[in-house]
Amino acid sequence: MKQFFEGSHAVAEIVRLCKPGVISAYPITPQTHIVEDLAQMVADGKLDAQCVNVESEHSAASVVLGSEACGVRSYTATSSQGLFYMSEVIFNIAGMRLPIVLTCANRAISAPINIWNDQQDSISLRDAGWIQLYAENNQETVDLHLMAYRLAEDKSIMLPVMVCMDGFILTHGMEALDMPEQALVDKFLPPYKALYKLDTAEPLTFGALAGPDYYLEARYAIQDTFKDVLAMLPKISEEFRGVFGRDYKDCLVEEYFTKDAERVIVAMGSVCGTIKEVVDELRKKGKKVGLLKVISYRPFPYARVCEALKNVAKVAVLDKSVSLGAYAPIATDVKAAFCGKKKAPKIISSFVAGLGGRDITLESIRDIFRKLTVREVNGEFIDLKPELLKEKYED
Amino acid sequence: MKTNPLFKPGHTACAGCGQAIAARLVIEAAGPNTIVANSTGCLEVFTTAYPETAWNVPWIHSLFENSAAVASGIEAALKYQGKKDTTNVIAQGGDGGTADIGLQALSGMLERGHDILYVCYDNESYMNTGIQRSGLTPFGMNTTTTPVGSLSMGNPNPKKPLPEICAAHGIPYVATASAAYFQDLQRKVKKALSIKGPKYIQVHVPCPLGWRHESNLTLDVARLAVDTGLYPLVEYESGVLSGRRQIVPKPVEEYLKVQARFKHLLKNPDEIKKIQEIADNNIKKYGLKVEAAPQA
Repeated sequence: MKQFFEGSHAVAEIVRLCKPGVISAYPITPQTHIVEDLAQMVADGKLDAQCVNVESEHSAASVVLGSEACGVRSYTATSSQGLFYMSEVIFNIAGMRLPIVLTCANRAISAPINIWNDQQDSISLRDAGWIQLYAENNQETVDLHLMAYRLAEDKSIMLPVMVCMDGFILTHGMEALDMPEQALVDKFLPPYKALYKLDTAEPLTFGALAGPDYYLEARYAIQDTFKDVLAMLPKISEEFRGVFGRDYKDCLVEEYFTKDAERVIVAMGSVCGTIKEVVDELRKKGKKVGLLKVISYRPFPYARVCEALKNVAKVAVLDKSVSLGAYAPIATDVKAAFCGKKKAPKIISSFVAGLGGRDITLESIRDIFRKLTVREVNGEFIDLKPELLKEKYED
Repeated sequence: MKTNPLFKPGHTACAGCGQAIAARLVIEAAGPNTIVANSTGCLEVFTTAYPETAWNVPWIHSLFENSAAVASGIEAALKYQGKKDTTNVIAQGGDGGTADIGLQALSGMLERGHDILYVCYDNESYMNTGIQRSGLTPFGMNTTTTPVGSLSMGNPNPKKPLPEICAAHGIPYVATASAAYFQDLQRKVKKALSIKGPKYIQVHVPCPLGWRHESNLTLDVARLAVDTGLYPLVEYESGVLSGRRQIVPKPVEEYLKVQARFKHLLKNPDEIKKIQEIADNNIKKYGLKVEAAPQA
C-alpha cells in the first residue's frame, strides 16, 4: 500500500527498519529532517539506537567509524560542506573497510554559499573508496538504502555506501511510495555480524601504519573489490525484486527507450524524471530519443554503459557538477568507456546544468536534445544568463 | 615480569621515550577489559607498524584529531551491545592531537558525558614531525617553528591551560601526572576508570630527542619538572581542585640546564627569571610547597 511521505521522512523510516545501533550526525540543510526524524523515533522508543549528537561532521563520521569498528550497524547523513568536512574520515572509513551507510542530501558547494541542489559534493568524493548510488525518486531512495546495507555488509564487499539524493527536490519532496514491511526487511537484511571487530575477547589492532611494503596492496584490494560490486549489486537487486517486487534490473544503470534510440541523454538523480517526461513527449512525435540513468556512479559500470550506448549515434551527458578546468565528471567517464572501442557513438556531447539549484526545466532538456542534432560540444553550460556575464573590470 | 603484557616490548620507540613508559603504565593500570582509540602521532607509529603491534588490547587508530570522537562511537556501540559496564574506553593522543587539532572533538566528548578516559601524553611539541611548537609547548622552548634567533628566545607563549579547560567542562575527574611518578599515575588511571563519565589525565612525558637530554635521564628530567613546580601534579573533581602533590621546590635552572631545548636561556638571567615566575605562580596557585618540617 502506498503512503505519502516527505523524502527525508521516508529515509528516516527505512533507516529505522534497517535497525542501526548507532546514529551520529551534525545538522546541515537539507539533510536535517532525516536526523530529526531518527532522533524522534529514538525518543519515542520506536528505534533502539544510540544517537550521538556531535559537535561537527568530522566527529559524526568519526563516531560511526568507531561504532562500526565495534561491529554495530551504524548510520550517518550529511550534505555539501558537511560532507567535505567529513572527507578525511570518509577516506578512512573506506580504507578500514567499514560498511557504513551514509545519506548525502546533494547540495552545492561554497563559494558562493548556496544551499540548493546540485551534485558537486558527492561527486567530489568519488575517489574516496565509497560505493555511490544515486536515486531518481524517493521510492528509489528508500530501496537503495536497503540494498546499500546488504551490499556494504556482504562479506565479499565490506565497503561503505553513500546513497545520494538530490537536496530539496527529493529530501523535501512529497511522494506516494511503498514502505517495506519490517518482516520483509528483516528477511532481506539479516543482523550484521562483523568479520573483525573491537572486542576485548579477541584483541585486534585496527588502523595500523602500512609502509611502502604494504600500502599498495591495501589500496589495490579496494579497487579489486569494486569489480566484485559490479557483479554483486545485480544479484542483490534480483533478490530485492523477489522479496519486494520492485525491479531495478542490474541496479547499475536504467535504460529508458535506449534500444532503438538515435539520441540519448546520460544523467543521474532526480533530473532523470524530467528527462523521462521529455523522452515520452518526443517519442509521441516519433523522435527516437532515450535516457540512460546511471545509478551506480562508483563503481562506474563502464561495460554496461558501452553496451547500452554502442548503437546510439548521439549521446549527451548531463552533469550537475563540474570539474573546473577539465571535462565534466560523468562525461569524462562516459567518454572513457568508449576509448579504443570500435562501436561507439559518433557524438558524445557534454552539458553542465542545474548548479546551485538552477531549475532544469522540460525546455532545458528539449534544448539538449535539439543541440544533439548538430556539432559535438564539451561542457556547455545550459541556461546561462548572458546578462549576468557582461560585467567587466575597468582599469 | 608478566608473560603476556598488554603493551608488549619490541616496539620502535626511541631509547628513553617517556611516552612509551607512560602508555605502558596507563594500559597496565586499566587492564585487559579496555578498548583504546589512539590519535596519530609517535605512540601510534612506534606501536603499530604493520604487520606488528605492541597492543594486546583492542586498539584503533583513525586520524590525528578524532580519537575522542572515535572513542565516543566505541562507547555508544558498547552501550548498544550492553557491554559498557564491563569495558573501559580510553582515548589517547599527544599534546598536539589533544590541545590543538583535537580540542574540538575532545570538548565534544567531555560535554556529551561519554564514559571515556582521555589520556594526553604531553611531550610539549609535535615530536613525530620533528619538534614543532604546539599549544602545550612551554615558554622559552627552542622548537623548529619557534627557533632561537637574534630576535627570538624560543616559544613566546605559555602552555595552554588544558587541564583547567577540561575541568571547566564540569567533568567528574581531571588530573595531571608524570611519567616519573609511576604509582601516582597508575592510581589516577584507576581512580578515573572507577568513575562514570568523562575523565581527562594529562601526563608529562619527556622526549629525549626533542628535549635534547640524555636518554638515561628521562625519569630524572620528568621528576625535576614536578619538583620545580613547572609541572604541577593536581587533581580536579567536578571542576574543583581536590588534590596536589606537594614539593620542596627546586630552582628551575636545575630542570632547564639538563635539556638543550632551554640551553639558550641559561646565560640570560632575565629569561630564567620569567620561567621561575611561572613555577612560583604554580606553587602559589596550587599550594604546592611543603611546609617546613618541624626540627627534630
